[in-house]
Amino acid sequence: MSALDFSFLEWDIFNKFVLKGMLFSVELTIIATVGGIVFGTLLALMRLSGNKVLELPAVIYVNGMRSIPLVMVILWFFLLIPFLIGRSIGAELSATITFVAFEAAYFSEIMRAGIQSIPRGQVMAGQALGMSYSQNMRLIVLPQAFRNMIPVLLTQTIILFQDTSLVYAIGAYDLLKGFVTAGKIYGRVEEVYILAALVYFVICFGLSALVRRLQARIAIIR
Amino acid sequence: MTLDWQVFLQDDGGGRTYLEWMFDAWGWTLSVAGSAWVVAMVSGCLMGILRTLPQDTRLNVWLARFANAWVELFRNIPVLVQIFLWYFVLPKVFPAMQQVPGFVLVVLGLGFFTSSRVAEMLRAGIQAMPRGQRYAAMAMGFTTWQTYRYVLLPIAFRTIWPPLTSESMNLLKNSSVAFAVSIAELTMYAMQVQEETSRGIEVYLAVTALYTLSAFAVNRVMAFVERRMQIPGLVVAGNVGGGH
Repeated sequence: MSALDFSFLEWDIFNKFVLKGMLFSVELTIIATVGGIVFGTLLALMRLSGNKVLELPAVIYVNGMRSIPLVMVILWFFLLIPFLIGRSIGAELSATITFVAFEAAYFSEIMRAGIQSIPRGQVMAGQALGMSYSQNMRLIVLPQAFRNMIPVLLTQTIILFQDTSLVYAIGAYDLLKGFVTAGKIYGRVEEVYILAALVYFVICFGLSALVRRLQARIAIIR
Repeated sequence: MTLDWQVFLQDDGGGRTYLEWMFDAWGWTLSVAGSAWVVAMVSGCLMGILRTLPQDTRLNVWLARFANAWVELFRNIPVLVQIFLWYFVLPKVFPAMQQVPGFVLVVLGLGFFTSSRVAEMLRAGIQAMPRGQRYAAMAMGFTTWQTYRYVLLPIAFRTIWPPLTSESMNLLKNSSVAFAVSIAELTMYAMQVQEETSRGIEVYLAVTALYTLSAFAVNRVMAFVERRMQIPGLVVAGNVGGGH
């Protein structure tokens, strides 16, 4: 058994290498969650609109995104965005656009289930009150669907946070990259992987414990 | 923009065409995912069962705790980091592991990562069954093993089959992280050939098509098994989307 050596550890390393990456990972997670829920809800509404012209593109988009590995999607965007706008953008910006587009497909499935979980009577009651489709969605269906789905949405956010580590594929500077960079400089390549795993574990485990507590408090509206 | 598909007929400098190389890479993707699926099913089902054991003996209590810890450990670390731990850290800590080929380490990493999700599903599937089923089995004088073998598991497996289907497709997609430790699978191939030929779009399109095809095939196989083991009159609920 050869020894691992953590004697190189100081706060300085965290400040110099890891903090920057951690901020990017958190930022990416927040942007992708908010953007993913917004666009995902739009996709879900398209799929449930009953209008073939709206439905089909949404179905193709969601199923297409869900059948490709995220790493491939990250590579695709990194290749195509410069190709389309004619100049290169940084790996970080490319990753952000990718994650919003990719997560929208997953959030749309969650929102679709949430919208379908609202009893028909709620929609009919809204119609009986003379509400338009958009009023009905905005004031009655979506708030309830969102509330019912909060635990699942948060669980998806935790998965998303773990997935941000995959920007490794295009060399974006995230939490993992921060640790790897520090490891290379200090010649402690193996030790930093353990530290990275610890940090991810503490964050994800803490968040899932919070979600479990929240789940107990959010009663499903019947 | 014109696509030039001839790139696949070029020699890669090693005596094979890029097309042949791609099919080799596809083979690696399927081998990694397939082997990891077996690891995930065996360890995941075991952990799922341990978490639902009747908490009547001290051993069972500890087994359940162990399985819970297992699930939390493998669920809360990103799969890419887990692959790095298997590939770089473990061989350094245990020199004996340096003899183990990289392929096996990646399969174990992917398999155990997925096992936490399988265990979580199976636990939910077993606990979703009416308690009377277990009690009836006990009243018949079944041992714990027989209760699981003949009463709980046959139904629980049918319940979890739909989410297990999407998890199997996830496993296929997750196998792409093996690129990070130089397993020559499809994603690694896509990155390398894009570098070598600058024909990224054609290469990515082909690789994406193979992934989509494989995911679809997994879906069909699982659906076929699901139909074959359907019990007339037993309806199992579908699952909510989410996860990758």
